[in-house]
Amino acid sequence: MSVNEQVRHFAQHPQAALQKYHLSVPQGIFRICPYCQQKYYFRSFGKYQVCPDCGYGLRVSAHQRLKMLTKKTVEWDTDLTTTDPLAFPNYLQKVQQAQAKTKLKDAVWTGQARIAHHEVALGIMDPTFIMGSLGTANGERLTRLFEKATIQELPVILLCASGGARMQEGILSLMQMAKISQAVTQHRQAGLFYLSILMDPTTGGVTASFATQADVIWAEPHALIGFAGQRVIEQTMNKALPPDFQSAEKAYERGFIDAIVPRPQQSVALEQMLSIMAATRWTGDCHE
Amino acid sequence: MSEEQVKQIMAGARSETKADLRLLIAHLFDDWVECHGDRVSGDDAAIITGWARLSNRAVAVIATNKGQELQERLQTHFGSPTPTGYRKALHMMQTAANLKIPILTLINTPGAYPGADAEKAGQGQTIAQNLSTMLQLPVPILAIIIGEAGSGGALALACADRVWMFAQSMYTVLSPEGFASIMYKDAHQAEKAAQLMHIEPHWLLEHQVVEAVLPESWLKDDLQFFKSKILQQLQEFDQLSLSNLLQQRQQRFRKF
Repeated sequence: MSVNEQVRHFAQHPQAALQKYHLSVPQGIFRICPYCQQKYYFRSFGKYQVCPDCGYGLRVSAHQRLKMLTKKTVEWDTDLTTTDPLAFPNYLQKVQQAQAKTKLKDAVWTGQARIAHHEVALGIMDPTFIMGSLGTANGERLTRLFEKATIQELPVILLCASGGARMQEGILSLMQMAKISQAVTQHRQAGLFYLSILMDPTTGGVTASFATQADVIWAEPHALIGFAGQRVIEQTMNKALPPDFQSAEKAYERGFIDAIVPRPQQSVALEQMLSIMAATRWTGDCHE
Repeated sequence: MSEEQVKQIMAGARSETKADLRLLIAHLFDDWVECHGDRVSGDDAAIITGWARLSNRAVAVIATNKGQELQERLQTHFGSPTPTGYRKALHMMQTAANLKIPILTLINTPGAYPGADAEKAGQGQTIAQNLSTMLQLPVPILAIIIGEAGSGGALALACADRVWMFAQSMYTVLSPEGFASIMYKDAHQAEKAAQLMHIEPHWLLEHQVVEAVLPESWLKDDLQFFKSKILQQLQEFDQLSLSNLLQQRQQRFRKF
């Protein structure tokens, strides 16, 4: 093996290099992209936590995701916390762990934010909080986001990431889908703009309600987007699914989303979108 | 009209330089965000939809696309939309109506795609749906014919409050080739057919099929005239109330 070949070999197989040279490297210095399975030095995922090879955006907490978008924010409805309506075994314990980890009361951050000189109502779901699942507390917070946006005449930008309804809250979780949809409809009837960005994963009841009710729907590359989960389909139908069956790319091909916008390009795209929506619209109907 | 003039209009309407509406969009607007997909079945490359800012005005843009390279031309069926394309346009129109954003359609299509798959997917019904929705749509619609505008496939984007066309463009009941194949059973007699069909824009202006004929130079060197003409029209629309707008749109088509 020539020196060049050795270097290339070790660059591609960092673990082999470590073993060969008995280097002691701290844990977590290399990360594996969950989508393309390539290993990279953790810093190469960069500010936006995006795989340098395939462009997949890592699942990050809502606070981390918020920092990528803007610093000028006012948080709303911080007092809403999760209850345990079904007295579900170990549920509150699980919630407390998630709260400590994410510094959120439940799986969404909402508030008013300034993005590229435009005031918006912003929501960011947190896939690290019990898979971003939709329960009564974050359902209420999302509903209030749309209601406040309607009153204050703000556009809504919502970054979705959720495994779907929260099983531990049963039917009350299902009702959140209808409750939030109502608030989205009122926001639309007021002629206000709503954009959703589907992150990895967006599935179940979230896909089947507010995530896909937006005027414009963007998705991040290789994000899982679907309704029924892969395991549910496979175990119910006894049929294996092709890989990438529910990817952002497939959703784009099938016409369900407007564009795939990678994280590093989102600021520019958002700036253009918001400046269009802030421009003068048809004022004729004000005559009546 | 002489055969020479007919030939000139047909060549002008179908010229290569007019095929690239994407380039026109890039030059015309200050901000542009494209949207794909009809939210039902797919994305048709023959229809471009998106949100745009023209100076201080927001507009929803729906344009046909003939494509540049061979592959894109095959994908777009040489600018002939499929039912997916018309649904994509319809989705854009409905969203624009919710947001009270005026609609601008840029048309350069020989007509709806006459394929077996398109028939199976309900080409006729999707066009019909577009017509009835457009005639009731609670925002102003401005349609501009850039090159060809053939048949129901063009009307599905042109049930508008104002329809303009360029001096070398044509708006016809169907393509001259189609007309010739029906009337003479020979598609090669397209020019003879075009002469009978009155494809000249001034005839259409006289018969109030269109409201204005724009000079060709506005597409290239004098783009700012084109821009300001559109902006002026948007301001004119602001003077109308919703009921006036819909009433005038109805009268516009009732008179034929």
